Amino acid sequence: MRAYVLGPLATVGRATTRSLGSVGRAWALLVGAFRSLRNVDVWGPHLLPQMARVGVESVPIALFIATFTGVVMSLQASYTLTGSIPLYFVGTLVGKTMILELGPVLTGLTLAGRVGASISAELGTMRVTEQIDALETLAYDPVAYLVVPRILAGIIMFPVVVMLSISVGVASGWITALQLLDMSSHEFVKGLRLFFETWDVWFAGIKAVSFGATVTGVGCFYGFHTQGGAEGVGRSATRTVVIASMIILFLDAFWAATLL
Amino acid sequence: MSIRLDDVHKAFGKKKVLKGFSVEVTEGETVAIVGPSGIGKSVTLKHVNGLLTPDRGTIVVDELSVPELDRDGLANLRRRVGFVFQFAALFDSMTIGENVAMALRRLEGWDEERIGLRVSECLELVDLQGMSDSYPSQLSGGQKKRAGLARALAPSPRYILYDEPTTGLDPVTTSVIDRLLLRMRDEVGVTGLMVTHDMTSAFRVADRIVLLHDGKARFVGAPEEVQSADDPVVRGFVTGDPALFYGNAS
Repeated sequence: MRAYVLGPLATVGRATTRSLGSVGRAWALLVGAFRSLRNVDVWGPHLLPQMARVGVESVPIALFIATFTGVVMSLQASYTLTGSIPLYFVGTLVGKTMILELGPVLTGLTLAGRVGASISAELGTMRVTEQIDALETLAYDPVAYLVVPRILAGIIMFPVVVMLSISVGVASGWITALQLLDMSSHEFVKGLRLFFETWDVWFAGIKAVSFGATVTGVGCFYGFHTQGGAEGVGRSATRTVVIASMIILFLDAFWAATLL
Repeated sequence: MSIRLDDVHKAFGKKKVLKGFSVEVTEGETVAIVGPSGIGKSVTLKHVNGLLTPDRGTIVVDELSVPELDRDGLANLRRRVGFVFQFAALFDSMTIGENVAMALRRLEGWDEERIGLRVSECLELVDLQGMSDSYPSQLSGGQKKRAGLARALAPSPRYILYDEPTTGLDPVTTSVIDRLLLRMRDEVGVTGLMVTHDMTSAFRVADRIVLLHDGKARFVGAPEEVQSADDPVVRGFVTGDPALFYGNAS
């Protein structure tokens, strides 16, 4: 009887302690990253290469997804609106949803898999092979050397990739409207401009910055705290994708509730 | 000038690894901490340069209390204390030359030409001349250990901590590494603290040997004293007799 009561309680207690421990370690890493910003000589030389890895190398997959999202958005908008609402609203729907939601969120989720898992696996391997300890013994600040350039690269490059995705998504929706929906460019652009607000682009940019910091930060956190060899590296990469995706969806709702 | 650990305690969760371990390393000597795998030898070593913080106890290097050092203090300490890792821990995306140069780029006033000269000098010291452009994946186990030693040696540290320097090596390569360690002491003047379970290597290299057992220093003495010790635990470990080592352990 005692075991029936205490068993679940102990499990909940352990899970709570683990979660609070993780939050504490994440906070410590964040504070460490802020403090390490002053070591520009350590992180500076690594910023451009990281920007290329996080941003430039992510462009093909992000644009691939944006292209087909634009096509599907255009076709589904037409299917939904036909017969009741003027067809030029296809442009409105494609533009609004790509800018406000699908561009940032789909890109964020995709890069959580591509960039977040890659960072986590790389740092995790460095942790279990003692390369991070080696950095410390050589008087390097590992947070400045490994974490700061990756998070900064995410913050700088995610908005760039997101804006490209939005542009390509809208363009592919436009081409689809011309080729498959018998719409004219004039109609599509009319719809696109109908409810367009410059603020929407800023909104997408803010979301992209927060997603960039999330994906790279979560990747660095789990990579940095990897334990247990190859299996541990795999576990860290998986956790990074799951947790970063959850935070992205939470932030998506948070920004919609607070900024719109 | 010395390294001193006094009554050091360390636990990971419920597992108590160090339960009052003490040792002192004086200038110019090489001390080996021996003991079976998983007993806490590497943990002890990582306390010396601040990679781990003790739960209790004193760790002093050159009159500096290591657990009380801030980040800058630790960075300064680590320029004086080199660390050779068990599996070398070379940065696998860099060449051997770049690995060794990493240790020098944090030193003020060193230009590329001076760094290059020092890298060549260190690689020559460990008989790896001509390997500067190779990557760690292209090196054998023994060569990796030597490259790790060259990297630790590059900033001319006063102390070097060796974590299992001969583990996993064949007897001939072990002998080569042992000779290098002696060279570090005799020619370069480095004070050494090594952890190992390789008794042949410990007898060959160390001035004093400390047997770490049950979280404490069970026996401290010169190699010949260890070989003639009456303590059954020491004899059990030296001869590799589990009945003596575990049976009479108390």
